[in-house]
Parts: sequence; C-alpha cells; structure tokens
Amino acid sequence: MSEENGRPKRLAMIASKGTLDWAYPPFLLASTAAAMDMEVGVFFTFYGLPLLKKKLDLGVTPLANPAMPMPVPMPNILMANVPGMDAFATSMMKAKFKKKGVAAVEDLRQACVESGVRLIGCQMTMDVFDFTPDQFIEGVELGGAATFLEFAADADITLFI
Amino acid sequence: MKTDLELDCKGLNCPLPILKTKKAIDTLASGQVLKLMATDPGSVNDVNAWSRRTGNPLVASEKEGNVFVFYLQKK
Repeated sequence: MSEENGRPKRLAMIASKGTLDWAYPPFLLASTAAAMDMEVGVFFTFYGLPLLKKKLDLGVTPLANPAMPMPVPMPNILMANVPGMDAFATSMMKAKFKKKGVAAVEDLRQACVESGVRLIGCQMTMDVFDFTPDQFIEGVELGGAATFLEFAADADITLFI
Repeated sequence: MKTDLELDCKGLNCPLPILKTKKAIDTLASGQVLKLMATDPGSVNDVNAWSRRTGNPLVASEKEGNVFVFYLQKK
C-alpha cells in the first residue's frame, strides 16, 4: 500500500541533465511513481531545465560516452569527430527506442503532467540562460532551492539525476 | 476468468504497461477485473510490484506463448 501512516509515499527528484538519454530517468521514474500512487515532485535545474520547454530538441553524443553501444565499432575519439555523428547517434537512439516499444520522452512527460507530478523549474537557471516562462509547458511551477527542499524534506525517496 | 476490461500492452516496454494499467484500473469499479497482456519480460516483476504497492490484488497470472497475462482486481 502506498499510504502508510495516513500519507502517501513521496518521491523527490532533481533533474540536472538535458540530453536525450538522461531525459528518460526523471520522467520515467516520476510517471511510474505517480502510477504507483506516490506523490512526486521533480526540480529541473541547470541543463535539466530545458526538459520543460514546450518544444523538446534532445540530442545525444558519443563524445566522452564510451559506454554508448554503436552499430559500427569505432574508437570513441574518432567517432566523436565525424561531422554529423551526434545527429546520427540521436536518430539511431530514437529509432531503436521506438522499435523496442519504449515511450518517447514527450509521452512520459505528458504522463507526468496528467498524473499530477509537480514540475518545478529553477528560477535561477531560467534567469542565467535567459529563458522566459512562456517557453515552458503549462503547469510548471517556478521556484528555487527552498521550494524543492520543503517538498523533499518529507520524501521517502530522493534522487539526483 | 470473468474480466471487465482488457488491456493489450504487447510490444510495449517499461514503463508503458504500468502507466496504462494504472489508467485502465482507474476506470473500473471496486471488485472489477482487468486483464492485462504484455510481452515485456520485466512486466512480471513490475506488475507484481505495482499490485503490492497500490493494493490492487493480482488474482491470477499465466503465460500464453510469449505473452504474459495478468488479472488485476480493482481494490
């Protein structure tokens, strides 16, 4: 049961990375936790903040990522220097996910919105990167460290991603 | 087994079967049964975990070929 001592389990996460591969864990875990009747809040900060933009433009790079499985074995440092390699790797990863029945990041994010996950955008990051509130999807709250910590103080699970 | 709703999650990967199960069970009345079909081998552990955590009992499960079938009762 998710409700123990009269209150639901709570998951608090920080999403700090904005690449295609790292966009998955926060949205995937948040949507699943909500489906398990938990209260969920995610604080999007630094490179994680663009994950809340209306139009997602996520990419992935093999550079400095030797663990990424590639169809053609090639030394990472060579591959990373090939023009267009990032676009290639990004489309390969998206195609592979689709073929394997994995949801798109946009779909998982929508599931979070629909299930009442608190999406908190970092005001300070917004100022630093010159983002404006109208660039974000509806339902995003803006706040800072204290906003997140107040929620996280009563969390059963806390994750930094 | 008498079922009130069928949910086909064949071909879908984590966490979609769980997200769709939650949505489907929310449409049922207490005591009604959802039949979930999935091919993701991870769904066996995941559906059990979801059932324990949410308190909606997994009343039966079986494997038909490569398809895992779960009968979940709305609490």
